Amino acid sequence: MFAPFQDPFFQRALLAGLLIGFTNGFFSGFVVLRRTALSVSALSHTMLPGIALGILITGALTQANAFIGALTAALFVGLGSVVVSRTSRIDQGTALAILYTTAFALGVAALKYLGNYGDLQHWLFGDIRLVSSNDLWLAFAIGSVILLGSCVFFRPLLLTLFESSVASAQGVPVRAMNYLLFLMLILALVTSLQAVGCVLSVGLLVAPGATMSLLTNRTPVLFWGGGILGAFGSVLALLCAYWIDIPAGPAIVIVLGTAFLLAFLLSPKYGLLSGIRRS
Amino acid sequence: MIRNVEVSYGSVAALKDISMATSCGNRVALVGPNGAGKSTLLKAIAGLVPRQGGSIQWRGTAVKKWSREFAYLPQREEVDWDFPITVSGLVEMGRYPHLGLWKRYADKDHQAVEKALQTLGITDLRDRQICELSGGQQQRAFLARALAQEAHVLLLDEPFTGLDRNASESLAHLLTELSEEGRLILASHHDLESAPQLFNECLLLNLTQRDFGPIAKVLTDSAIEKAFAQAPLQASTTETSNP
Repeated sequence: MFAPFQDPFFQRALLAGLLIGFTNGFFSGFVVLRRTALSVSALSHTMLPGIALGILITGALTQANAFIGALTAALFVGLGSVVVSRTSRIDQGTALAILYTTAFALGVAALKYLGNYGDLQHWLFGDIRLVSSNDLWLAFAIGSVILLGSCVFFRPLLLTLFESSVASAQGVPVRAMNYLLFLMLILALVTSLQAVGCVLSVGLLVAPGATMSLLTNRTPVLFWGGGILGAFGSVLALLCAYWIDIPAGPAIVIVLGTAFLLAFLLSPKYGLLSGIRRS
Repeated sequence: MIRNVEVSYGSVAALKDISMATSCGNRVALVGPNGAGKSTLLKAIAGLVPRQGGSIQWRGTAVKKWSREFAYLPQREEVDWDFPITVSGLVEMGRYPHLGLWKRYADKDHQAVEKALQTLGITDLRDRQICELSGGQQQRAFLARALAQEAHVLLLDEPFTGLDRNASESLAHLLTELSEEGRLILASHHDLESAPQLFNECLLLNLTQRDFGPIAKVLTDSAIEKAFAQAPLQASTTETSNP
């Protein structure tokens, strides 16, 4: 039962799961409070052509060019949807849906030119069991930046999300806070790419926060609880993936999705069953 | 003191020539038809919308953009009631202007929050999520945040809208108490019948100022008829309409 713990690949995967799961789970609190899960989904798909372009230009895949590529593509698609919605009768959601699927399709089409990096399966669903020590250090660094940024700016970020006009009147640089959230979101997506791939990364960045929002009314618990759920959910998923021999990325999202379903049904206050019992 | 305050949205004038001088301890009703600029004026005083002209002075100093002595309480429909925050979490937000980014939440802040909860009689509700409160309790929670902020000027946007009779009476009593403690209350109010019982001063406006003074003097039948006769020109673009 504990054989996988002896395997260095598995040990690194566990550490990566803890780090990435905690960071993404913590940050999912912002995604839930901002009600931007669908935009996150669009951004996660947009990363693929961005990163592919980064590899085509530089000839190599590093976290740095992955980040810059993902950021550039996200900016293009995000700003593009704003431009289309403001200059035509198409609303922003529709514009975003068209632009991100087109970008994703371009990314898939570009994969055949990426040589060794062209494994579609890996990009779409990730493989946390292949993380190197360097990847771990980078996940640690990015996780630290996100957690530090979130904690240092927690008050202005929270006020911005709750009442942006009041925040602005109190001197909070609301626009800068929104940019900070956007940058941290891209960072979180880039780190989760290795673990769960670009299609499933949205699960890791939404499910923990959404689950906690069904269990608590306390904002700090939403964030820290989301982090803990993301970390332990990822570890549990890795063990399940090993024991029943399924891919690790999907396992992580299945475990977190199951946790959400359980909270949806059984949450003492906001669960479906307690609602039925009360009525 | 407010002098010649002007606000416009783009090229559309939302308010002009608003001037009034009042002092602590007063309860001032902002009265006018829908779209007259009542909410805009409150937001301009709170620093939520930029002023194109005029000045606001508080205790002898000019308020450029925002003062933490001013607290704005939004209309109910402007609040995201599903935001996962408890009553005590909301009231703690009142301490943010004092704490900034770095300062630790200290005993002093804790005491200010406790005192605000006690004053508003909502200590028992502290762990409730804000959507689990009644309309009157929600108003109290936002007022508690203003008290935790140590605000002296309370800017209330239609505070009585949507409250039942008991909650309205209770809020009226509370506002009287707060003003007697020395706070200045400015509130937009659309019910002309109840205004004289709730407020002691009145600013009658319809894009521009029609009158200001003791409510019994300002809110006469002829003044109301005159102010309400002319529909605001930019009603639909300047202010969210009141129910």
